Amino acid sequence: MDLSTTYMGFELPHPLIPGASPLVDDLDTVRRLEDAGAPMIIMHSLFEEQIVGEQLAVVRSMEVGDESYPEALSYLPRPPDFALGPDAYLSQIARIKSVVSVPVIGSLNGVTDGGWLAYAKLIEQAGADGLELNIYELATDLEEPGEQVERRALQVAQTVKQSVSIPVAVKLSPFYSSIANLCKKLDDLSVDALVLFNRFYQPDIDVEQLEVVRIQLSTSSELSLRLRWLAILSGRIRASLAVTGGVHTAVDAIKAVMAGAHGVQMVSALLEAGPAYLKKVREDMARWLEEHEYQSLRQMQGSMSLSRCANPKAYERANYLKILQSWES
Amino acid sequence: MKPPCRITLDGNEAVASVAHRTNEVIALYPITPASPIGEWCDEWTAHGRHNIWGHLPEVIEMQSEAGAIGAVHGALQAGSLTTTFTASQGLLLMIPNMYKIAGELTCFCMHVATRTVATHALSIFCDHSDVMACRQTGFALFCASSVQEAHDFACIGQAATLQGRVPFLHFFDGFRTSHEVTKIEELTDDDLRSLLNDQLIVAHRRRGLSPDHPVLRGTAQNPDAFFQAREAGNSYYDTLPEIVQQVMDRFAGQTGRHYQLFDYVGDPQAERVLVLMGSAAETAHETVEHLNRCGEKVGVLKIRLYRPFSIKDFIAVLPSTTRAIAVLDRTKEPGAVGEPLYLDVVAALREASAQGNSHLLQEPRVIGGRYGLSSKELTPAMLKAVFDELAKPQLKNHFTLGIVDDITHTSLPFDPEFTIEADDVIRAVFFGLGSDGTVGANKNSIKIIGEETPAHVQGYFVYDSKKSGARTISHLRFGPRPIRSQYLIRSAHFVACHQFQFLEKLDVLEYARPDAVFLLNAPYSAAEVWDHLPRDAQEQILAKKLRFYVIDAQSVARDMGLGGRINTIMQTCFFAVSGVLPREDAITHIKKAIEKSYAKKGQEVVQRNFAAVDHTLTHLYEVQVPERVSAAFERAPLVADAAPDFVKRVTAVLMAGKGDLLPVSAFPVDGTWPTATSRWEKRGIATEVPIWDPGVCIQCNKCAMVCPHAAIRTKVYEPDHLQGAPSHFQSTDYKAADFKGWKYTIQVAPQDCTGCNLCVMVCPAKDKSAPRHKAINMAPLAPLLEEEKNNYDFFLGIPDPPRDRVSHIDVKSSQFFLPLFEYSGACAGCGETPYIKLLTQLFGDRLLIANATGCSSIYGGNLPATPYTVDKDGRGPAWSNSLFEDNAEFGLGMRLSIDNLSRQAQQLLQRLAPQIGDDLVKEILEADQSSEAGIAAQRRRIAALREKLRTIDATIANQLEQVTDHLVTKSVWLVGGDGWAYDIGFGGLDHVLSMRHKLNVLVLDTEVYSNTGGQASKSTPLGAAAKFAASGKAVHKKDLGLMAMSYGHVYVASVAFGAKDSHTVKAFLEAESFDGPALIIAYSHCIAHGYDLRFGAEQQKLAVNSGIWPLYRFDPRRIHRGEPPLVIDAPAGRNTVEEYRRNEARFAMVEKIDPVRFRQLARAAQDQALQRVALYEQLANITVPQAAAHDPAPNDDAPK
Repeated sequence: MDLSTTYMGFELPHPLIPGASPLVDDLDTVRRLEDAGAPMIIMHSLFEEQIVGEQLAVVRSMEVGDESYPEALSYLPRPPDFALGPDAYLSQIARIKSVVSVPVIGSLNGVTDGGWLAYAKLIEQAGADGLELNIYELATDLEEPGEQVERRALQVAQTVKQSVSIPVAVKLSPFYSSIANLCKKLDDLSVDALVLFNRFYQPDIDVEQLEVVRIQLSTSSELSLRLRWLAILSGRIRASLAVTGGVHTAVDAIKAVMAGAHGVQMVSALLEAGPAYLKKVREDMARWLEEHEYQSLRQMQGSMSLSRCANPKAYERANYLKILQSWES
Repeated sequence: MKPPCRITLDGNEAVASVAHRTNEVIALYPITPASPIGEWCDEWTAHGRHNIWGHLPEVIEMQSEAGAIGAVHGALQAGSLTTTFTASQGLLLMIPNMYKIAGELTCFCMHVATRTVATHALSIFCDHSDVMACRQTGFALFCASSVQEAHDFACIGQAATLQGRVPFLHFFDGFRTSHEVTKIEELTDDDLRSLLNDQLIVAHRRRGLSPDHPVLRGTAQNPDAFFQAREAGNSYYDTLPEIVQQVMDRFAGQTGRHYQLFDYVGDPQAERVLVLMGSAAETAHETVEHLNRCGEKVGVLKIRLYRPFSIKDFIAVLPSTTRAIAVLDRTKEPGAVGEPLYLDVVAALREASAQGNSHLLQEPRVIGGRYGLSSKELTPAMLKAVFDELAKPQLKNHFTLGIVDDITHTSLPFDPEFTIEADDVIRAVFFGLGSDGTVGANKNSIKIIGEETPAHVQGYFVYDSKKSGARTISHLRFGPRPIRSQYLIRSAHFVACHQFQFLEKLDVLEYARPDAVFLLNAPYSAAEVWDHLPRDAQEQILAKKLRFYVIDAQSVARDMGLGGRINTIMQTCFFAVSGVLPREDAITHIKKAIEKSYAKKGQEVVQRNFAAVDHTLTHLYEVQVPERVSAAFERAPLVADAAPDFVKRVTAVLMAGKGDLLPVSAFPVDGTWPTATSRWEKRGIATEVPIWDPGVCIQCNKCAMVCPHAAIRTKVYEPDHLQGAPSHFQSTDYKAADFKGWKYTIQVAPQDCTGCNLCVMVCPAKDKSAPRHKAINMAPLAPLLEEEKNNYDFFLGIPDPPRDRVSHIDVKSSQFFLPLFEYSGACAGCGETPYIKLLTQLFGDRLLIANATGCSSIYGGNLPATPYTVDKDGRGPAWSNSLFEDNAEFGLGMRLSIDNLSRQAQQLLQRLAPQIGDDLVKEILEADQSSEAGIAAQRRRIAALREKLRTIDATIANQLEQVTDHLVTKSVWLVGGDGWAYDIGFGGLDHVLSMRHKLNVLVLDTEVYSNTGGQASKSTPLGAAAKFAASGKAVHKKDLGLMAMSYGHVYVASVAFGAKDSHTVKAFLEAESFDGPALIIAYSHCIAHGYDLRFGAEQQKLAVNSGIWPLYRFDPRRIHRGEPPLVIDAPAGRNTVEEYRRNEARFAMVEKIDPVRFRQLARAAQDQALQRVALYEQLANITVPQAAAHDPAPNDDAPK
């Protein structure tokens, strides 16, 4: 079965891509992902906070207690050179490049138009074949209008796009006042792909300790939100589309492709079941397509999008009404 | 000759630069003030920097100075060029080997940053008592008086020892030279190569031991041979002065810098001459030049080569006109005819005269004096007093200089107003906090001025002895000539006060000369600041017509995201208003320096500092000084009026930084010092303090348990005691049954708290409606200060609950016992002091502490204030520090002595039983003192006994009266860090543990030499970066506990209060109850671990839960009960070792140096933790056969 697809300008044998995650920290795991058929490797995100915070933390922790006490003018040795976390990240790109033959995509995560964006260029220089820019913003400021939030996102994307020549994918959250418009504007900036959607760390509450804790992994139930927006955008913008969040099975992936995804990113499922699970999903997907007599993946790509599906209203407001009505009934 | 390369650095780095380039093996042990020399060498080797022959010198840290010199001796014997660095006690530990090295005529040049040898007290500062103790070893003693000379003499010493075969001890003054930053001409590799003769190096190698041409050294000799053999090397000493001069001459040819064995400076026709060596010779040099300009016929003779002492060369440089000589010794030899240099000069003059070898026109009168012990200041005014004395008809001999001796009247008076500071030398004084980066910024400024302008520079930095809230005073000089002034600035063109609160404690402006610039960092605008100055500051600003600038640097730093680091901002201000450099040039240079310092660590830091520089100038204002004083308040007295007389007369003067003014009579004669004085210090260094919310509190007392400074306390008391409470004093009903119906309070000591946050972090009680709010919460101190001061005073006045009413001692009840260790100078968030505080709470009224040198001896015993204190009956810990290496033996001695006196008391009691009454005697002798109630009962019996003894008229009754205290049990604890227990004192500790005497050892294990700045010890864990293990320690931490367990009769516990405080309390109680040696190894988080210590307890939990720090108790008593002696008290594996390691810079920085190695070490650390846990779990299941329990080994060493 021909599962090939084009994502970010890369011709891929199939759309199932391990998404940005800690899986790539270990070279053995990276090899296992490639063995399982991963068509590209996306690095875990280098966070703006990590870039800025680590620099400050290094200085603070190295200088703590310095020049305060006559017997100890310092407390830690002075290393000749520093490999900051971001530097280690860049080295890891090079290491991964050396052990795999598939494209390696760097990932930057942040929201402000600041010095950390210089790492886009550094990631390119480190050998990355593409860059995923994860604009991960929770707009919690009661005073800031949505327009300003969107303008900032566009500015970050523009800065990155202008600073590198490798393909750039932009990963978004669903919480913008007009996602379709924002995606259009990003498309106008010539970004190469849109990734829908990043998952904010999901909070939970520990009622014993009275602490907020995180839920780490996604479930298939998170897919429907992404299907909706894939379907809305599919065929209406130039950039390729990827889904991330909620794909756990071959059927999940098929739904995403039908909604318009060129790439299907998986993280939680691989973290739970291991890299080899990717191969199983691919095989299941191929089998499903064969059983349903598709000739290729491309044949069904976008088939259930807003512009091509049988009942487009289901993605829009009418869908809302229907659900409400079903509740009433 | 090439133009010299000028560099700006301190004396230690200047020496290290030569030593590292001219040696192959470097074996050492850290000791202040020489530690940085070794650290530089270690760093350079770690960074791959080669010596002049293209090899990487091997740098090795040993377990003690005795170990270091042993390794040096071996390396020399095997033919390598070898060196070491040390000072003070460390040098003394090397002496036995130095005799050997010299006796074997070994080419060796060691470097000593001179430091006072501990006598009545330890001092880290400078005098020559250490070097003078080495006169008899046979080493050449070679003295440098400045940073340039220390750099040069390191080379000359190495060259001369190769040629002359006599080993060299090259020395220079600790701190004054070792830590002074100045500009020098650097010796190039070519310079060094040209002076170190390859043939001589080959000869040194050939003398090395080799089985290919075997010889034997180190024979034992009999009366028939030893003496002659000892004399056989005489000619080497006879020729050495000439060799040294030859090397000096070659050196001059290479570098243009000329030295002689004895350098004379002054009037060629001088009549009065000073003789001295070390940094003070530089002050004498400039004083003489000044006096010569004033027409005085005076001179100074600087000694370079002190041993062998060349009479010929010494006499030759003295002007023939010399009529009177004063010899200044920087040491004291009690009971001698005079100090060593004085005796040498007297003998030299006499011998030269007797042999007719003197060109002097008359026999000079010679007097000797002592100066500069422990870095006491020596100023031109004092030296002028000596010259004035030499002009008198009757000379005062054996005088002292720089102090007022009102007891034996040795001191020479001097005119403190006399000064010779030149107007073209700009002088600047900066007051800062250690934590605000003032010293670092000033070092940076000196480098900028030194390296970017032709000016000569000098920076000297005075630190106090506190580890939290430490005050620094920087003294900077810039001038057109080399700066020889080796004394503190008293009259500055520029005074900066980087912390506003200093104005309320110190006379900062006494340093300002008329028309000086005063820069103040204040939280006030230029318009407001005047009204916030104390009266004396306003008076001085007006009287001296100071130009006054103000900046709110904290706000600028905060706005720029720099936290509390105001260094860059204040540095910019200095350049902006001092006029030392054109403003724009200065800013360019500052930015260059920022780039250099931080570029490797990230552009964000660079950008923030750049922004701070740019914002500074827009926030810096000149204050329009009003015409008259308007202050409504004076600088407050440093101690309360209620303080004891001694504290007011002596301690407060030391606190004010005016100790130099105290006369000899103010001081105890034998180093005995009162305890309970830190309570008067009231440093007020916290900006936020914990405030209690009784409504949320669950009364667990964990906050008090973790407080490193005993600054948050809990009390339970009868309701009546609330009468007269201040209106804001908080109290609530006590919730538990043991003091039912009583009240309960948690109270902060607002001026003693350091604001470390540990208490808030461990507080488990959260407000159910707003869990962010706990039972204690940090709050800004300023608005609360007065009411909290009143609250704390009232709190202290409430009686503590009777100790004997506490039936069960646990974490909670232990915190109702009065801490007898309070408000020390330990770091904010210190992980050691909670253990010491607990120790004093549990056993303080019967406690003797033998304290190894280290952090705990500094915050425990460094003046001005002492943190050990007393209870309402005047009882409290008796504390002493002997040395670093001997603490176990020292503590054992205490135990032996106490047991002896206790036995005497028991015997006398038995003999007097008929008069005293059999019942009382029996009760005393058979008293159960294992509980607080038992001890209280025994104290009552002893009181009754004393009453009874008064009625008995017999010598024996009097004898018993003297020792009755020893009928109450005493608790002896040996306290020290891992440097002591694992390394330098391990032999002694092992010996003490091998015996059965009842004593307790508390190892405050920070896993690194904390006090000397983070050098690796054998306790440093695998993978941690430390000095001398910069790439991460490659071997596992020594398992001290397991070693002690192997004896079988030692109680051993491994504790971590932050992980399980109840376990800590239990271990302390068990150790104390154990009739034999007990060892507690206590995890102590430390500033050297590289993280915010507010998370100390969290890190302890992660360490324990990962298995890297197991909690256990090994109690030999369990063997007798048929149980396994070892009990594991916390399960491991609840988190990974990595989760623990990643939070601490000491581990994390290895990743930044070498990520691959980091991962390897991380895996090894995890494996090792699991293996160790597995081993312990197996041991915890071993039951020792009962037979062994019933038939203990003969106890030969136990008290008889």
